[in-house]
Amino acid sequence: MKNLWKYFKNYRAECILGPLFKLLEASFELMIPLVIKNIIDVGIATSDTGYIIRYALLMVALGVIGLGCSLTAQFFSAKAAVGFSAKVKQEIFSHIQTLSYSEIDALGTGTLITRLTSDINTLQGGVNMSLRLFLRSPFVVMGAVVMAFTIDAKAALCIALTVLALSLVVYIMMRLTIPLQAGVQSRLDVVLTKTRSNIGGARVIRAFGNEEREKEEFNLANTALNKLQIFSGRISAAMNPLTFALVNAGLAWLIWEGAMAVDTGRLTQGAVVALVNYMSQILVELIKLANLIVQLTRALACGGRVSALLDIESSMKEGTTETACPEDGSHVELVNAGLKFTEGGEYSVKGVNLDAAPGSIIGIIGGTGSGKTSLINMIPRFYDASEGEIKVDGVNVKDYSFASLRGRIAVVPQNPVLFSGSIRDNIRWGKKDADDDEIIKALKTAQAYDFVSEKEGGLSYVLTQGGKNVSGGQRQRLAIARALVRKPGILILDDSTSALDYATDAALRNAIKNLDHIPTTFIVSQRTASIMHADQIIVLDDGAVAGMGTHEELLKNCEIYREIYDSQYKDGTE
Amino acid sequence: MKKKQGQAEIIKKVLRYVRPYGVFLLISVVCAAISSLLALVMPILTGLAVDMIITKGQVDFDGILGVIKQMALCIAAISIAQWGTNACSNRLTYDTVRDIRRDAMEKLQKLPLAYNDKHPAGETVSRMIADVDQFADGLLLGFNQFFNGVITIVGTLVLMLMLNPLLTIAVVVITPLSFFVAGFIAKNTFKLFKRQSAVRGEQTALIEEMCSNVKTVQAFSYENEAISRFAEGNEVLKDVSLRATFFSSMTNPCTRFVNNIAYALVTFFGAILVVGGKLTVGGLSAFLSYANQYTKPFNEISGVITELQNAIACAGRVFELIEEEAEVPDAEDAAVLSGAKGIVDIENVNFSYTEDKELIKELNLHVDSGSRIAIVGPTGCGKTTLINLLMRFYDVNEGSIKVDGLDIRNISRKSLRSAYGMVLQETWLKPGTVRDNIRMGRPDATDEEVIAAAKASHAHSFIKQLKDGYDTVLGEGGGLLSQGQKQLLCIARIMLGMPPMLILDEATSSIDTRTELKIQDAFAKMMKGRTSFIVAHRLSTIKEADRILVMKDGNIIEQGTHTQLLAERGFYHKLYHSQWE
Repeated sequence: MKNLWKYFKNYRAECILGPLFKLLEASFELMIPLVIKNIIDVGIATSDTGYIIRYALLMVALGVIGLGCSLTAQFFSAKAAVGFSAKVKQEIFSHIQTLSYSEIDALGTGTLITRLTSDINTLQGGVNMSLRLFLRSPFVVMGAVVMAFTIDAKAALCIALTVLALSLVVYIMMRLTIPLQAGVQSRLDVVLTKTRSNIGGARVIRAFGNEEREKEEFNLANTALNKLQIFSGRISAAMNPLTFALVNAGLAWLIWEGAMAVDTGRLTQGAVVALVNYMSQILVELIKLANLIVQLTRALACGGRVSALLDIESSMKEGTTETACPEDGSHVELVNAGLKFTEGGEYSVKGVNLDAAPGSIIGIIGGTGSGKTSLINMIPRFYDASEGEIKVDGVNVKDYSFASLRGRIAVVPQNPVLFSGSIRDNIRWGKKDADDDEIIKALKTAQAYDFVSEKEGGLSYVLTQGGKNVSGGQRQRLAIARALVRKPGILILDDSTSALDYATDAALRNAIKNLDHIPTTFIVSQRTASIMHADQIIVLDDGAVAGMGTHEELLKNCEIYREIYDSQYKDGTE
Repeated sequence: MKKKQGQAEIIKKVLRYVRPYGVFLLISVVCAAISSLLALVMPILTGLAVDMIITKGQVDFDGILGVIKQMALCIAAISIAQWGTNACSNRLTYDTVRDIRRDAMEKLQKLPLAYNDKHPAGETVSRMIADVDQFADGLLLGFNQFFNGVITIVGTLVLMLMLNPLLTIAVVVITPLSFFVAGFIAKNTFKLFKRQSAVRGEQTALIEEMCSNVKTVQAFSYENEAISRFAEGNEVLKDVSLRATFFSSMTNPCTRFVNNIAYALVTFFGAILVVGGKLTVGGLSAFLSYANQYTKPFNEISGVITELQNAIACAGRVFELIEEEAEVPDAEDAAVLSGAKGIVDIENVNFSYTEDKELIKELNLHVDSGSRIAIVGPTGCGKTTLINLLMRFYDVNEGSIKVDGLDIRNISRKSLRSAYGMVLQETWLKPGTVRDNIRMGRPDATDEEVIAAAKASHAHSFIKQLKDGYDTVLGEGGGLLSQGQKQLLCIARIMLGMPPMLILDEATSSIDTRTELKIQDAFAKMMKGRTSFIVAHRLSTIKEADRILVMKDGNIIEQGTHTQLLAERGFYHKLYHSQWE
């Protein structure tokens, strides 16, 4: 949790001034009894109406000053709390962007979102509350204890012991409830994940008529959350009554002690009244504090989750090498490269050796789950090779800065993701400063310009989140345009034409062949037609290289390649 | 667009949710009454005890012991009652919130898909998670403090009236002022809270988009842009939040100020009364202490009011979702389709997603039971739309679609949809085990049946290799499975269900052709006697079809068998040959 403190740095002044003004206000409030004492002792005793008026006006004045102080305090604490949480939020958002694919796979996006939203909101509320009240209450309590000691040490001991017992109770309660609250938040994660999957999978769920089951499962998660909330709520609910009981038990004890002291003549009645007053002041503050503790434990639990996320270091260290992307395609070498996703798990691909000359076309083909995507994921360093090494333009990918490495690579994944915003904005993901001419050129190459120009507003046509308002094939072509506009050194097409009809696919391949800059191109495909013209073809089978060479070579000496080819061509289609 | 809901309207709806837990509300209120009233007795008891401690040698120990016993009883009763209040209001709040979430999910299942297609997922998620959470916080605080406050006010009022009616009137006249002040501030902060909620929703949508797709973000080195876009929105939210938080926190100091003024006035008038001999000093000091206790809850209540406002603003957003118009419900006399023969008639159908752009025009089609229909055409020709209409994800604008001679609008959705087995190109797997995913097609299937289906779809061999086999938990989006593996699972899903009609939209697009060849047999067996609609680019799948529909721009431009269409040398011919260029 320590790692969150530094985000208060810019709000150091606010963090001090907020509670300070709160203390000032409290002090002014504490002066009121003195004023009243004077009114009674002097004003009333001498029947001096003028005096009474003057002191009543003084009370009003104290009220005005108090108002000023507390408004200032509220402002500073709101500013510190809001500023703090905005900073933390920004930091977490940035941090998430630096996590490697492996960490993202392990965490799941649901929890990232709860931490960025609901956890931080709770934390913000907790900070605001703490700054406003948390310092004031202990101050008043301590002050009252000290004052009590000046009256009578022995009687004051009752008060001190009561406060001590209370601190213990508060501590135990916090120890009990913080883990429970953390549990509540993680069950909320489950509810969130369910909600998200029900939105994303609405079509499939309905197609299978599974609405009722989904509802049941959601209700299960919802009920589990509810049960733990109620359980943890029941424990926190004891906080207030315990405080009340303890303080009043202390009061009774104080009265008894006081009575004996008065009986022996050590104390006066007035002194006992004063001690009792201090005790009730403590009670009032502690009850406020107890209310706050519940909120505070929640905030602490949430803060813990937020802080844990910040502590997750990316398992991937960024290098520092920065080189320019070559005009005529990058040189890619794989030396005995292999990748496994979990420690001790099986390799999803291994033992790949490849030397791809600049501007060459590499085809990758193989069965479902044979490791094609794993192979190409190592080149932009989405995952670090578990064995062997990968070099791009003569430099190990681990030595590049991410921007320099990924800047020269453009990937079109199997399931391309588009973002809410205009088509122009989406294409510009590939190249920030691309002008309309460049964009249109890329769209034309990607066979996307026809449908884009038919859309209302053309390039300015606004896509909804995930690009849901265009068809799957259109999404793929936009994703290809997004990759092409970058003029990459390496172009990776990961089965990215699966939703295209053959005519469009063929036209696309032709257009890419005729680009005026020549990227080294990796084409992952199921279709032999898409890769048969490649300079080298890698045939993968169950994570291992089953063959490498040109189409003709492979037909001759790779059994698996021949089978794949036959499955697509044999039954005499032509 | 519906009109914006007012606060009163939202509160009424909240109350409807609270009603089933009225018992807890009642216990909570009763307990609050007991604890607050007894708490007022405590100072009286203390006073009695103090009066028994006069001076050296004049202490009534027996009397004090008696008072202390009474105090102990009071303390015990108050503590238990307080715990009761808290526990009941917890229960009340969390149960209410659970019900609201349940209803929201219920609605989510009934919303027309157009809603999903139009609203960013993040926004809906924000309504169901963050907003409901904030609502719970507000409600809880409300219950915990509101009733206590009200009862304390009533109790002290009675005690003050007993002490001095005249001064009481002065207090009573002034304190409502604090409500006016609080009300004024509240009205303005409500707007700010609503705005905060809205800005937060936008931020959640961005978070949702950028964090769920962080892989793509990284692939394009878009991190910095994402961060600066987030920073922009974050600044706006910071401003709005600061204003909302600050303005709402003004309530407390302002009402306290009003109360302090009231206190000063009471002191002044009281002192004058004492000077005039109409009140004793002791009476004044007792009155002052009650006046203080009387005004304090006003502070708390107005503090609670701002919390409640935020809660209401949040509740409003959830209710907007819950009240979103659902799909036209099934007609009461909707037929239940069972053992469909699979005769499909599409008659004069017109359809468009948006009013301004026609998509499908005057579509007519008759499909015989058990026939295999392939649909081909360039991307964006309306294939997917046709499927949306067949499954009744969208209703036709004009014309009708009939299954076995029944208009599908007169068939219950569930029975219509479960008559189709659908495999889409975009695979969706639910977070859960592999087994759960396959069982979607038939929840009551035995393990043997699940495995048989997986074997038929050739998914068994890769499932076996997963860490926990069929019990492997797939994360959101299917985790580490490849696209092809996900498709195999989706195929296993319908192989298990064996519904009477099939829709295969690029069902094997990501599966390698060798595996596909192996599945073909299973597919062929499955399609036998089942009406099937197949969208595919692989002509091997299409060639076997009884009829091929060539679609372009929402119309069927050619239809016939493979040989017929090739002989026509039309669009299909061109499409077919492009493959070999």
